[in-house]
Amino acid sequence: MLNLKARFHIHVGHPLLLKRPGRFPTVGAERFQTLMIKRTFWLSALLAVALFAGCKQQSGNTIKVGEYASLTGKEATFGISSHEGTLMAIEEVNAAGGVLGKKLELLTEDTQSKPGEPQTVVNKLISRDGVVAMLGEVASSRSLEAAPICQQNKVPMVSPSSTNPKVTQMGDYIFRVCFIDPFQGTVMANFATQTLKAKKVAVFTDVKSDYSKGLAQFFKEQFVKTGGQIVAELDFNGGDKDFKAQLTAIKAANPDAVFIPGYYTDAALIAIQAKQLGLSVPLLGGDGWESEKLTEIGKDAVEGHYFSTHYSPDVGSEKSKKFVESYKKRWNGKVPDALAACGYDSAILLIEAMKRAGSIEGAKVRDALAATKDFDAVTGRIKINENRDAVKSAVILQVKGGKFVYLETVSP
Amino acid sequence: MGEVLQQLTNGLALGAIYALIALGYTMVYGVLRFINFAHGDVFMLGAFAGYFLAPVVNRVLPAQSYLNAALVLVLAMLICAAIGILIEFLAYRPLRNRPKLIVLITAIGVSLFLEYACQHKAVFGAAPRRFPDLLPNTTWHISNFVINSTQLIVVVTTLLLLITLTFIVQRTKIGTAMRAVSFNEKAAALMGINVNLVISFTFGLGSALAAAGGILFAMSYASIDPLMGVQTGLKAFVAAVFGGIGNLPGAALGGVLLGLVETVAGGIPAISPYRDGIAFAILILVLLFRPAGLLGKLQPEKV
Repeated sequence: MLNLKARFHIHVGHPLLLKRPGRFPTVGAERFQTLMIKRTFWLSALLAVALFAGCKQQSGNTIKVGEYASLTGKEATFGISSHEGTLMAIEEVNAAGGVLGKKLELLTEDTQSKPGEPQTVVNKLISRDGVVAMLGEVASSRSLEAAPICQQNKVPMVSPSSTNPKVTQMGDYIFRVCFIDPFQGTVMANFATQTLKAKKVAVFTDVKSDYSKGLAQFFKEQFVKTGGQIVAELDFNGGDKDFKAQLTAIKAANPDAVFIPGYYTDAALIAIQAKQLGLSVPLLGGDGWESEKLTEIGKDAVEGHYFSTHYSPDVGSEKSKKFVESYKKRWNGKVPDALAACGYDSAILLIEAMKRAGSIEGAKVRDALAATKDFDAVTGRIKINENRDAVKSAVILQVKGGKFVYLETVSP
Repeated sequence: MGEVLQQLTNGLALGAIYALIALGYTMVYGVLRFINFAHGDVFMLGAFAGYFLAPVVNRVLPAQSYLNAALVLVLAMLICAAIGILIEFLAYRPLRNRPKLIVLITAIGVSLFLEYACQHKAVFGAAPRRFPDLLPNTTWHISNFVINSTQLIVVVTTLLLLITLTFIVQRTKIGTAMRAVSFNEKAAALMGINVNLVISFTFGLGSALAAAGGILFAMSYASIDPLMGVQTGLKAFVAAVFGGIGNLPGAALGGVLLGLVETVAGGIPAISPYRDGIAFAILILVLLFRPAGLLGKLQPEKV
């Protein structure tokens, strides 16, 4: 930066450039030179200020926290729920006086559910807006894109609900407030063998999504370990519309249940087409299913199917009940889903860490986050382990009458 | 056996939709010698037209009746025909005498414009929507083979539209004019054919078929979004090239074959994620051995 300023100065104020007084007859050579130098000085000062301001550090009386979320596109309901939870947490903390004597300011950017977008917006949040910490994203593929950038800039990042193990392996500044897929895969595999008494299961994976591939793998491992048999493994590309080809092959394998670790749009379409093809076995999914769009698009085709997730508003602690109340009040009667609760938890976890660190400096906040033990979150008691993942329980829900009904809680 | 029959049915229903869209590509290529890349987005607009028309038509006719569905289909086709004609008038006509490459780039521009304008919150928004059920959905089981009423309707509607199209192109005055323009535009103009009118009509006809494809697609796959035309449009373009671009029966054949190949590939466990890739690989192979496509005749390019 300083280099640039120096170069600029020399270039404009270069003697060769100034020895052309003849072109300015009204200004003497000497006066012209001072004028140019003055101008150069102001220009470079201005440039330096602009660069400094763009580059670093908090100015003013707020602490800037960045958030990147899929507010539009394929996983829009995830991003919106998560954002609403996050924003509510920030507002509550601000109403209670803020952190370290300052108010928090949440800067939210939309990733449009698209690959490539997180890199752009996270870079912008860090370098242009100068945020001190980052919250996001729901989808593991997009968290994986943003994590290296946060790590490189030493900006602590807390993902509310990216469950793929690789996310926090990107560096020691990356945390999450949810369980990881090995746990979720195990939970669903046990549910299939114990509760559904399934012996033969087909797995239908979204090859475009790191989340889906990871979850499928952990499910298969556990299911085979408990004596089950995987009778068919088919793949699709997230965003596809036609799944009939694969579903016909799945049906031919005659499974007792089908595990579909995808996101809600695809899961709903798969359920519809499975029904059309007369494939009438229970479908199982992960937390990627939890969205009102699942029932809106899937309608009666998704009835009776099961998925695991982080939290259900039907059960939980006092804290969870209070959260449901205030969320309804804040967002016009909308009932919070797991992703809203996770979004809320991610912000509170970060803020608590800032308070304990007594600072907003990246390294100190990071250390405080890593030292989190027995954090009382809306989604249950959380401990951050040595891999910077949250250790917590999962719930299993069933779709009934267009609603998600609580079935059971599974502890780690 | 049941599985093979099932996959053939699935493939036929998918291929029928590709065929409808492919016809639009091939007709425009026939008269103007360029690829209208915005065609896939007209297909998307057709589905959205149906989405917004269905509740309106429900007020006049009983919901989920054949008459109701047919009216939605026809209205959506008319709307998209108008959109197609408008696109040609605004974007392509001013460039009619420029090199074809410029028109081609403009077509890509129109396509991107439609996709991103429709994703804006004030238009449709980017989130997928549930397409209303135009007809009751019933399935018939014959041992382990299942046929779905929607699949049947898709195939039957496509057949009816193909017959109508053949009649228009082969037996009517405007169809004869279309073929004349396709054969030699200048000579056709000298014979007193209004070339502008014929080109507008071609765009309208192609866009109407794309709209029908959009509605049938939305009926089969339930969810619609502003980017649904990208992949489907590309596949239909491939189908048109596959069958021989500029050749109407070729486009229909290419569409059906592409649908079948894709479905068969999708049903084989190890290669199911590559179903799109396999379809494109087969296209490359066909073009290596038959550069003009399956039914196309090789014409040396006039310079």
